[in-house]
Amino acid sequence: MRGGERGGERGGELACNDRQSDMISPGDPNQDFMYTLQLAFGLAMAAWMGIPLAAQHSYTPADIEDGGKLFRANCVSCHGPQGNLVEGVDLGHGKFRRASTEDGVIRIIEDGIPGTAMPPHNFSDFQAGTVLAYLTSVANDGRSAVPNGDAVRGKAIFEGKGGCSGCHRVYGSGSRVGPDLSDVGALRRVAEIEASLLDPNAEVLPQNRYYRVTTKSGDTIVGRLLNEDTFSVQILDTKERMLSFQRTQLREAGFVNESPMPSYRDKLSAAERADLINYLVSLKGF
Amino acid sequence: MTQRALSIHWLAGLGLFGCLNGALWGQVSFDRILAANQEPQNWLTYSGSTMSQRYTTLTQITTENVKDLELQWMFQARSLEKFEATPLVVDGILYTVQAPNNVVALDAVTGRVFWTYAYVPDRAARPCCGQVNRGLAILGDTLFMGTIDAHLVALDTKSGKPIWNVAVAKASAGYALTHAPLVVKDKVIVGTAGGEYGIRGFIAGFDAKTGKEAWRFYTIPGKGEPGHETWKGDSWQHGGASVWVTGSYDPALNLTYWGIGNPGPDWNGDERDGDNLYSDCVVALDPDTGKLKWYFQFTPHDTLDYDSVQVPVLADMEWQGQQRKVMLWANRNGFYYVLDRTNGQFLTGKPFAEVNWAKGLDEAGRPMRVNGMEPTAEGQQVYPGVQGATNWYSPSFSPRTGLFYIPTWEQYSSVFVKVPTDYTEGRRYVGTSPRSVVAFQGAAINHRKEDEGYGAIRAIDPKTGERKWEFKMLDVTDAGILTTATDLLFSGGREGYFYALDGRNGDLLWKANVGGGVASGPMSYAVNGRQYIAVAAGNSLLVYALKQ
Repeated sequence: MRGGERGGERGGELACNDRQSDMISPGDPNQDFMYTLQLAFGLAMAAWMGIPLAAQHSYTPADIEDGGKLFRANCVSCHGPQGNLVEGVDLGHGKFRRASTEDGVIRIIEDGIPGTAMPPHNFSDFQAGTVLAYLTSVANDGRSAVPNGDAVRGKAIFEGKGGCSGCHRVYGSGSRVGPDLSDVGALRRVAEIEASLLDPNAEVLPQNRYYRVTTKSGDTIVGRLLNEDTFSVQILDTKERMLSFQRTQLREAGFVNESPMPSYRDKLSAAERADLINYLVSLKGF
Repeated sequence: MTQRALSIHWLAGLGLFGCLNGALWGQVSFDRILAANQEPQNWLTYSGSTMSQRYTTLTQITTENVKDLELQWMFQARSLEKFEATPLVVDGILYTVQAPNNVVALDAVTGRVFWTYAYVPDRAARPCCGQVNRGLAILGDTLFMGTIDAHLVALDTKSGKPIWNVAVAKASAGYALTHAPLVVKDKVIVGTAGGEYGIRGFIAGFDAKTGKEAWRFYTIPGKGEPGHETWKGDSWQHGGASVWVTGSYDPALNLTYWGIGNPGPDWNGDERDGDNLYSDCVVALDPDTGKLKWYFQFTPHDTLDYDSVQVPVLADMEWQGQQRKVMLWANRNGFYYVLDRTNGQFLTGKPFAEVNWAKGLDEAGRPMRVNGMEPTAEGQQVYPGVQGATNWYSPSFSPRTGLFYIPTWEQYSSVFVKVPTDYTEGRRYVGTSPRSVVAFQGAAINHRKEDEGYGAIRAIDPKTGERKWEFKMLDVTDAGILTTATDLLFSGGREGYFYALDGRNGDLLWKANVGGGVASGPMSYAVNGRQYIAVAAGNSLLVYALKQ
C-alpha cells in the first residue's frame, strides 16, 4: 500500500458535502432564498478569485491513474468498467445525460442526483476532475475483447496450464485464497486485466492485499485481509479459514508487499494470454 | 455443567466432525444438519434443528447464573426495517441478514465483520408487511437467502460472493420470499409470500448446486387435482395460500412440513366458497419430489386471516401408553393442536387463548363455528384479532421440562369488515382491512386499556393443552422463544425487554432493556467453550454471555 492511499484519496480539502453542511441546507422552504444567495455569492467569489471549478487542469498520468482508482472504487458497480452500463449514459465517450459541461459533470460527481441512484461523493474538485480525466482516457482504450482470443480456450487455460483456479474462484469453484473473479469482467477493463497478468504487483486493490500475522505463541498465518480495525484483524487464511484476531494476541501484523500472483509474461504465450483475457472479460457475475 | 465440562464437550464435538482443518473448515454437510444436537455450539438452521424445537443443549448458562449475563457485542443494522432474522452460527462465524436482503458474516466472539453482501431488490418488490427477512440456510460452504423480490440467492460462506441467483416468482405480482430457506439433502426449499396480493402460493425445491428448480408444489390445487373443487369458479387462481415461515423435516419419515397462509381475499370469502385447500393447512411433502403425502386444515374457508404460518414443532413422546411421533401446533386461530406427523391424524386440541369464532374442535379437529363470527359490512368483533392469538413467532418445546411454550396474544380482538374486491395484478387483494385495536408497529408507549388484551408467554402441557403457567406482559409480543437444557426460557416483546424465565414455573430470572421490540427468535451458540445468547431487537443484533 502506498502511503496516502487509504486516507488521502477521499480526504480532499473542501469536499462538496462539507461545503454544503457549512451552508444553509437546501430544501428548507424558509431558507432556500438564503441558500441561493450564498451559492451565487460563493460562485461569484470563486470566479473572482480565479479558483478553478472545472477540469481545466492538465492532469498528469499519475493523476489520471488516481482518477481511475476513484472510478473503480466508487463508480463501476453501477456504471460498469467502460462507464456505459447506465442507460443513456456513456461516461467513456463523453455522453452525459444531465451535464453539458465539465463543470456540470464535476458537480454531479460531487453532489449526486437527488431522487436517483447517483449518490454524492466526498471528493474535492480536483479529485472529481481526475475521474473525468480518467474517463476521457478510457475512450482511448475501450476494447471489450482481445482480437484472436477465445474465451473457451481461455477457460481451459484458467483451470489448467495457467493454474489460476489454484488461487482464484469463479462461480463457486476454485480456491478462495486470491480474489474471486466471478465478476472481474464487469469490474475491470481489458487493459487492466492485461496489466495484472503481466505485472501483478503494479496495482493490488485494497481488498485483495495479503496480510501476515504472528501470534504471541509464535504461529504465523498468512491470508487475504478481509477487515481490520484499531483492535482486531480479520483474514481469510491460506487454508480458507475465516480468522479473527485481537491485536493484543499478536506479536506482529502487517501487509505482505509482494503479490503472491506470478507474472504471466513468460508463463503464457501472447495468444494464450489473449484467450485468458477474453475468458476473464466474459465473467460478469450476477 | 461446568465451563470445563462444556469445553470438553465442545472439543469432543470438534473431534467428531473434524471441522477446523483445511478444506473441511466451515463445511456443513446435511449429515451435520441432521445431527445438529451433536454440536450444540453451532446453530445450523433457522429453528436450531430440523425438529424446529428452538431448544439448545448448551448448559453453561443456568437458572443460578443467568443473572450474570452481560452484553458482549452488538451489530447495528443500517436498516429501519424490523430485524426478524435468526442468525446461523458455524464454527465461530455468525451469519445474519440486514433487512431487506444484505448478508453479513461476523466473528461470533467479537461481532467484527468478515464480509458483507449487498443485494438491491427490484423496485417492483412489494411485500405486504415490511421489507423483512427471517434468515438464511446453509449447506456445504454455501448460504441461501430468499429475497423480497422473490429471488433465491446462493452465496459463498467465505466471501459472500453470489454463486447463483434465480427468479422464483414475479415480484411485481406480489410474490416475495421472506423466510429462511430449509435445506433437505441436496435441495433448498422455499415458499412464496404474497397472500395479500392474490398470488397462487407454492413451495419449491431447488438444486443446491445450480439453483435449478427440481419440483414445485402449488398450495392451491390446479384443475384436475384433488382439492381443486374446494375453490369456487376461478378463485383458485388468486387464492393466496402463501408461505412465509420455515418448515421442518423428519428424516426417518422423509417428510417436510410447512404451514400455509390464509386464502385470499383475506376478509371476503364470498367469491371463494369451499374449504379453500391448502390454505391454513399444514402440508407434509416428500422433499425429493414435492409430492403431497398428507395435509391437515386448521381453518377451513378462513375469512379472518388466520394464516397457519407457524413453525411446525416436531416431538417424539409417549402418547396414551405408546411412543408417538407428534407435531405440536399453536395456531394463529387461537387453538392448540397435536397431530400424528406420520399421517396427519388429529390427536387433540383446545384453545390456548380467548376464542369466540368457534366453540371447539370436533373429533377430526375441524372447528365448530359460531354463527356470525365473520367479517360483515358493518364490522364484527372477533377473538382473536387479525394478528392472531399467536403468529409466526417461534414457539419452543423443551424435552427437558416437557412443556410447550407459546408467544401469546390474550383477550385480543379486531373488528372485521368486509367489502367487495376485484383482482388486479400487483394490487392488494384483501376485501378491506380489519380495525385492529393494537397498532402493528409503534414506539414502546403503552396506553392500551386492559380489555384490549395483553401479551404473554404461556407454558402448556403438550399432551393436554392444559396451561401450566403464564408470564404476562402489558404489551403484546412478536418475539420467539428459546429454551435450554438448563430449564431456561429466553424471550422478549414489543416493550423492548429481553428476558430469561425459569421454564419450570415462569419466574423472571433476568431482564435487559434492549431499547427496541424483539421481533425475532433468540438462539444460542458457543465458541471456545463459552456460551452465547443472541437476539435481534429493534434494529440490532445483541449477543450476551456470562461475565468473565
